[in-house]
Amino acid sequence: MAAAAAAMVSLPKTVKARAREGEQGWKWDKSVCRFCGTGCGIMIATKNDRIVAVKGDPLAPVNRGLNCIKGYFNAKIMYGEDRLKKPLLRMDADGNFSKKGKFRPVSWKRAFDEMEKHMKAALDELGPTGIAIFSSGQYTIMEGYAAVKLMKAGLRSNNIDPNARHCMASAVVGFIQTFGIDEPAGTYDDIELTDTIVTWGANMAEMHPVLWSRATERKLSNPDKVRVVNLTTFTNRTSDLADMEIVFKPHTDLALWNYIAHEIVYNNPAAIDWNFVKNHTIFATGPVDTGYGMRKPGHPKFTDLENETVRFETEKKISASEAKTLSYLGYREGDTLKMNNTAKPVKHWSISFEEFKKALRPYDLDFVARLAKGDPEESLDSFKKKLKTLARLYMEKGRTVTSFWTMGMNQHTRGSWVNEQAYMVHFLLGKHAQPGNGAFSLTGQPSACGTAREVGTFAHRLPADLVVANPGHRKFSEDIWKIPEGTLNPKVGTHLMKMHRNIEDGKIKFAWINVSNPYQNTANANHWLKAAREMDNFIVCSEAYPGISAKVSDLILPTAMIYEKWGAYGNAERRTQHWIQQVTPVGEAMSDTWQFVELSKRFKLKEVWGAKAIPGMDGGLPDVLEKAKKMGYSEDDTLYDVLFANEEAKSYKWPDPVGEGRLNSEVAGDKRHVPGSDGKVFTGYGFFIQKYLWEEYRRFGLGHAHDLAPFDLYHKVRGLKWPVVDGKETLWRFNAKYDVYAKKAGTGAFAFYGKALKEIPQGTLRGPVATRGKIKLPNRAKIFFRPYMDPPEMPDRNYPFWLSTGRVLEHWHSGTMTMRVPELYRAVPEALCFMNPGDAKKLNVSDGDKVWIESRRGKVKAHVDTRGRNRMPAGTVYVPWFDEKVFINKVCLDATCPMSKQTDFKKCAVKVYKVES
Amino acid sequence: MASLRKNKFLILRRVSQLAILVLFFGGNYFGWKVLTGNYSSAKILDRIVLSDPYAVLQMLAGGYWAAADLLIGALIVLLFYAIIGGRFFCAWVCPVNLVSDFTAWSKRKLNIKNNKRIVLSRNVRYYLLALGLIISAVIGVAAFEMVSPVTILSRSIIFGVGGGWLFITALFLFDWAVARNGWCGYLCPLGAFYALNGKYGLLKVYHDKDNCTLCNECFSVCPEVQVLSRVGKKDGYIKSGECTLCARCIDVCEDNALNFAMNYIKNNHNKR
Amino acid sequence: MASRRKVIENLFKSGAFMGFGGLLWGSAAGNAAETELALRPPGAFENDRDFVQACIKCGQCVEVCPYDTLKLATPGDGKAVGTPYFKPREIPCYMCTDIPCTRNCPSGALDLKRLQAKGSQPSIDTAKMGMAIIDPKACIAFWGIQCDVCYRACPLLDKALIIERKRNERTQKHAYLLPVVNGDHCTGCGVCEHVCVVEEAAISVLPVKIATGKAGGHYIKGWDKADEKRMELKEPATTDEEDIESGLNYLNEDNELY
Repeated sequence: MAAAAAAMVSLPKTVKARAREGEQGWKWDKSVCRFCGTGCGIMIATKNDRIVAVKGDPLAPVNRGLNCIKGYFNAKIMYGEDRLKKPLLRMDADGNFSKKGKFRPVSWKRAFDEMEKHMKAALDELGPTGIAIFSSGQYTIMEGYAAVKLMKAGLRSNNIDPNARHCMASAVVGFIQTFGIDEPAGTYDDIELTDTIVTWGANMAEMHPVLWSRATERKLSNPDKVRVVNLTTFTNRTSDLADMEIVFKPHTDLALWNYIAHEIVYNNPAAIDWNFVKNHTIFATGPVDTGYGMRKPGHPKFTDLENETVRFETEKKISASEAKTLSYLGYREGDTLKMNNTAKPVKHWSISFEEFKKALRPYDLDFVARLAKGDPEESLDSFKKKLKTLARLYMEKGRTVTSFWTMGMNQHTRGSWVNEQAYMVHFLLGKHAQPGNGAFSLTGQPSACGTAREVGTFAHRLPADLVVANPGHRKFSEDIWKIPEGTLNPKVGTHLMKMHRNIEDGKIKFAWINVSNPYQNTANANHWLKAAREMDNFIVCSEAYPGISAKVSDLILPTAMIYEKWGAYGNAERRTQHWIQQVTPVGEAMSDTWQFVELSKRFKLKEVWGAKAIPGMDGGLPDVLEKAKKMGYSEDDTLYDVLFANEEAKSYKWPDPVGEGRLNSEVAGDKRHVPGSDGKVFTGYGFFIQKYLWEEYRRFGLGHAHDLAPFDLYHKVRGLKWPVVDGKETLWRFNAKYDVYAKKAGTGAFAFYGKALKEIPQGTLRGPVATRGKIKLPNRAKIFFRPYMDPPEMPDRNYPFWLSTGRVLEHWHSGTMTMRVPELYRAVPEALCFMNPGDAKKLNVSDGDKVWIESRRGKVKAHVDTRGRNRMPAGTVYVPWFDEKVFINKVCLDATCPMSKQTDFKKCAVKVYKVES
Repeated sequence: MASLRKNKFLILRRVSQLAILVLFFGGNYFGWKVLTGNYSSAKILDRIVLSDPYAVLQMLAGGYWAAADLLIGALIVLLFYAIIGGRFFCAWVCPVNLVSDFTAWSKRKLNIKNNKRIVLSRNVRYYLLALGLIISAVIGVAAFEMVSPVTILSRSIIFGVGGGWLFITALFLFDWAVARNGWCGYLCPLGAFYALNGKYGLLKVYHDKDNCTLCNECFSVCPEVQVLSRVGKKDGYIKSGECTLCARCIDVCEDNALNFAMNYIKNNHNKR
Repeated sequence: MASRRKVIENLFKSGAFMGFGGLLWGSAAGNAAETELALRPPGAFENDRDFVQACIKCGQCVEVCPYDTLKLATPGDGKAVGTPYFKPREIPCYMCTDIPCTRNCPSGALDLKRLQAKGSQPSIDTAKMGMAIIDPKACIAFWGIQCDVCYRACPLLDKALIIERKRNERTQKHAYLLPVVNGDHCTGCGVCEHVCVVEEAAISVLPVKIATGKAGGHYIKGWDKADEKRMELKEPATTDEEDIESGLNYLNEDNELY
């Protein structure tokens, strides 16, 4: 509550300031940065209903008034010249929809007519699995909640999955499997409190710049004590500050974590915190024959070249390295590993410490150093020395250690494993969930935590860590949503990658894209682009700017941007921050929430709540109309009546004290008098829909360790870290000193009280042993053993380079916003191919020359850079993906972690050669 | 056909002037390698360097011992024009000629006479030639090159940069207001340089007095009328280096009284 | 007699004409050559006047520049007419490793020799087209914004532009990451100025002579052995042994002493 108190104290001053500002013609109000997962607070100045300036919010605890260069330009992102202002439909000359037609402006009514028509056609033909929503970690929380409610409760489809799938799904699996509950234990305060900052595949200097300034301050505050280590596959800006940079070979982070564990268990057993391990954890492992999340070979749309990689989805030959690391399963080099567990990769069972120790045996310094050394120019001795130092830093008694990671560990064909390995090391040492101590997964997107994860805009999730596959969870949700029992679809929907695949296979014929750019951000893009344009389907894209996804769609809906609507984001330290609509949207743009709610008016209960066939599900979804009638609904009620404009919703009156004198386009319409989905001027719903959505959503987590505060409170403070219990935020979760839930558990200093996956079989390294039965693990976390395995595609003679992709500080994701800020465009106008100077010499190219980067799936051209911000070791190239002109995702492999279904954008094999002019 | 024949040399000159400009232009915009650079210094086929000898002379006067490339280039140009003779450069190469010819032509068409009150000597250019070298020596920078309309015009065409048109307009107005071919015929030190350089060249206009009907057509078109002093009076070569070899006189002469001929070669211009 | 008089008169007139015209012309040309603020292509003379003197204004360097960085000055640009220069805010020098502009100069105004250390290959990294200087008031990194766009764009990053870290007393949490130019390595390519995201670039490239200063050789850093280099060219200070007047003058002046 410190933040709240600070806010209160400063109120009189603020009031005075406001009066002054009034005279000058602009008004300041608090908001949050549009971009990354850091969640910096900002203040926005508006004048004449336009944003004129932005300042960092000095009261925001995350950033104390500072921003990075993207945040600096928040004021400019909404007013690009080519902002989409009207719904656009592909039409033929007669004004009829035509898949091959050109985009022309239409009314909102026409847009919804077309959506309704095509959505119903897809539902009639294919059932609830024939439609899909590409959702987002950049939705506001209320938007995401409205989307989930419409899709899951209304349309009974679980085919909603966010771009966050590409971003932190592996982290989620890591959390759920290890803790039984999602999201980090720690907070950003760990940065100021830790003695050791270790980054694993996290270029924080560019991707979390404001957090990096905090890490830098921490280093400067005690340069002799504080150590910074950067583990990466190439030298990046994060290495600047680092005391030690460890450049490892892609994918070998799996071996590095095990090396540290080996060092602890074999060479420094005294470092093990047995109290912690015995009282709060259990050892576990799982199958290895889980494939790589690819489709099976022989798919008709695969080329022969693609099949060369995809064949590993069914079986692979054990490599020399794997022969060592999988020796505990009896494999030898050259053996065939059949992928028998691709359908159930998440299963796991408990093992003994002795088994755990046995599995770690191969990971001695010599083996791991040889396997993992990433820079051919570095000597083995130097690399070994670094590994030893790293292990020593982790083990040192009394030294606090925080490990940060982002996409390097998440975008990984064994991403869930490597996440679990991080907890393994921290648990063994008892260095977790304490101030300055912990493994800390940083998210990329502004509300990947707040919306995608906490609301659950995933194919398998419901709000507050509930899942559709769990009958109890479904029942609980149906109660909150006041929908008949059995309405919710128990079968997990399609994850993002599968959505694209199903569209290509004709299994999804209606897709709706929200707050994301899935046609630029997904690997192996040639397939999906072609499928969108050439298959029989209808793709809707809610967008603010014309990007690739809009370009391949059939209907484009102009969409209000962040400060044109009420909203809330949740950042990577569980901090939820709300803001108020600052300005009227541009053109006829309307918010995503409005779009969901308007579409819900087009569906009657009898159309959606009858019996529905679901492929692969016996009997399909039941008819729940009778039950609905018993609940007082009529089959002619629309989803709007039931889901969004019900009695409870209407009890949230507008005007409301929080929104007094403020804009609310959804609730009260606005000065534009936009003709709505029925052709009449939209004058608002009349009730405070955002507050309703929030308050209803909040109910999912209350008392379940996901407690969020009431709507109004967030408008008084600079965000609160959930669980918020009795108005108090939680700093370190699972720690009885800081977390009421942990204290309540009564298991001593810690309680890993997450509820999921807390009853598992018992067994040995080779598998569960049926006779031993299951074990219950209340308040315990799991220490997983996970082996090193090769990725499915590695450089070879024909494709000799590793390709890694990622982001740059100056641009946000696919650049639809930041590439339109002239200053940022000028700063970084195009994606470059970062390359080792020696490689460049061999390829006879120099800086500024163009090269082809070609994989088995596609190729793109980019200019070479050998001396810039990223310094590559020989054999690896890096091409950022923000630039649609350098469409690197056409090259990337769509292999995923089989558990999390998160794509590995960090490695595939390519050849690079000069573009001859 | 008759007008073609009557303008034979004019057309050839325009072709020559424009071809050089186009090649330079293409060199900059399309990367052609036939002729790159500009009139100050150029490269043929990316190999042979040519340079403006007067410019190089100024640089030397200014105290800069230019690179060998440049010196050799200047020498090539110097010898080339010395051998051909006269101010071949002015009539066949220099882009300013396009402007001054146009001005002269328009003045003739509109029957505008030279301003009688301003009397310029054609020798001024020689003073300026010397002055250019002296100033270069004093200020240490090639002085004429800082203000030369020749290079400014060509740069603005070849490199598409502004500023050139201002100079061209000034030149045009000067020629209109002061004297026909005022710049080229009175002031241009580069022209003066070539006049001196080409005095003993090979190519000359030969006058055949017997054919001359004293129609005075040649006088009305000649940009350097003083060189025609012998016309109608005496057979022989137009000796003056100031003759630009533009051959307008040959074109307009209906009487076959003026023709190109090689200097020093005992001629047998048989009377017809 | 009249003719001799005429000759003298003419001579006099010509002399006056040349004097007048020469002064006018000379000052115009001299002024036009006085353009110290122009940024020149790599391998130019250190002294801009020398460069202007040597440049024949042929534009060969402009023609081969692949990025259209180089322009020829026209009247009104405030640079010696016809000489090549560039404005980094518009298009900077992207430091081609084959240095085509310098390579193609026929006059020696640009010379690869000026781009190579003794006995090594010419390298664009040794160019001294100018030097970047930072206006810390306009540079948002000095406000604490995590910008450093110039730093990441610098072709010689970590050499020509480095990051200096400074603690932030206000927030106590967010260190400043400040771009700092290292004049020993800065080539003046101007990529930093080009990419700077503030309204008018907070980092700009100036000709080396203007951007740099020079400390006198009479004081040497006691903590830096290498600094003694600066003494090498220094003539020892002396005083005229015979001069006693200079001291006496003052001593013997007694007006209004009290």
